[in-house]
Amino acid sequence: MSPAPFQGRPRDRASADRLPPGQYLTRDFPVLSAGPTPRTALADWTFSLTGEVDQPRRWTWEEFRKLPSETITRDIHCVTKWSKLDTVWEGVSVDALLKGVNSSARYAMAFSDGGYTTNIPLEDLTGGKAWVIFAFGGASLVPEHGGPARLLVPHLYFWKSAKWVRGLRLMAEDEPGFWEMYGYHMYGDPWREQRYSGD
Amino acid sequence: MAGATLQRRLIWRPARVTRRLDEGPRAKTLVLEVPGWPGHEPGQHVDVRLTAPDGYQAQRSYSIASPPEDHEQVSITVERIDTGEVSPYLTDTLMEGDSLELRGPIGGYFVWSTEMSGPLFLIAGGSGICPLMAMIRHRAARGSRVPTRLLYSARSLEDIIYSHELEQLAGRGYGLEVFYTLTRIQPPGWRGYSRRIDRAMLEVAGFAPAQHPLCMVCGPTPLVEAVANALVELGNPPDRVKTERFGPTGG
Repeated sequence: MSPAPFQGRPRDRASADRLPPGQYLTRDFPVLSAGPTPRTALADWTFSLTGEVDQPRRWTWEEFRKLPSETITRDIHCVTKWSKLDTVWEGVSVDALLKGVNSSARYAMAFSDGGYTTNIPLEDLTGGKAWVIFAFGGASLVPEHGGPARLLVPHLYFWKSAKWVRGLRLMAEDEPGFWEMYGYHMYGDPWREQRYSGD
Repeated sequence: MAGATLQRRLIWRPARVTRRLDEGPRAKTLVLEVPGWPGHEPGQHVDVRLTAPDGYQAQRSYSIASPPEDHEQVSITVERIDTGEVSPYLTDTLMEGDSLELRGPIGGYFVWSTEMSGPLFLIAGGSGICPLMAMIRHRAARGSRVPTRLLYSARSLEDIIYSHELEQLAGRGYGLEVFYTLTRIQPPGWRGYSRRIDRAMLEVAGFAPAQHPLCMVCGPTPLVEAVANALVELGNPPDRVKTERFGPTGG
């Protein structure tokens, strides 16, 4: 006897071409983190550029918020299978942070409060592809979603959009970050379904 | 190249349902036979993939509830989300002898094995018990006596998953203690807690921070946020508090 086949939800053509393989749509905003939510006072917050740079740079919260910011609307895709369409963010582009920086680096390691790290090629952070975000849906970014500031790299799986981000360490060679060391993909393109090492 | 990244590729493997077990009104355990299963650490999860006749595929992640000592038998416990796309198929339609595809093991931070030190404080909300159960079963299979406490929050008595097994394991007197809190309905004469997990409850049920416990918290996001924050407030270092959050999206 053959089993009753799995049917799945009715196919929605409108959103189907915006959903990478293996993803489903959600209207919620699930939270995924490996430890307690860090809480850093804005007075103690800084954003740093370190590693392979001519000169390290650092912004206080006040300085960071004076940088030109933009509103970005993008779809986001989490490796745990949910996708959320048309999310609205406000932040400073990584291009603006790297302006005037001389570096031969090809990769960056984002680092966060709580010790989280994730690696991203520099060309995926530049050219209008990534931002340091301070607001979501028109309100300040809450700690559960990475506030006061998180990275947003929407064209990669969402674990690359490091919550509680405190800086970027520029690197000549690629190195695995936190989840990458546990077998998640070094690059993480949702459209090529690069969830885990070897995908 | 960093050696840590040189991991085996996670291939999709056929898995056959060998047993279905009722776990209260909303959950079912599926015992799966997975030929060639490479083994796992307690706390890791699998991705499950279902394919419809027209080729459409859906994937979801489920924590492994069985210990590595079960070898090629891998069990997952699925909570039925009425509006979900995948879970009603797994709990209601898939029968013994049927197959699905899975790959894993996945993850590696939210894990505990007997080689790691204790004491171990496990805090579960609802089906968040599943990865913690893998740890408890592994501990029992190895005859470990690492002092272990489980604080388990469920809506009602019948919503407690693995209750008989937990009672049995705690009754052995090998250093496992189990505390329950029932947040919605308590049976007459209930002697456990009957409120959401709070700081006072964690203080009584848990270990003193001076004992340097490893705290593993798994459940819905609001519970995990509240518990993890309270554990840090009580003086546990954040790196001794590991969390796994179940999003509200279900499946």
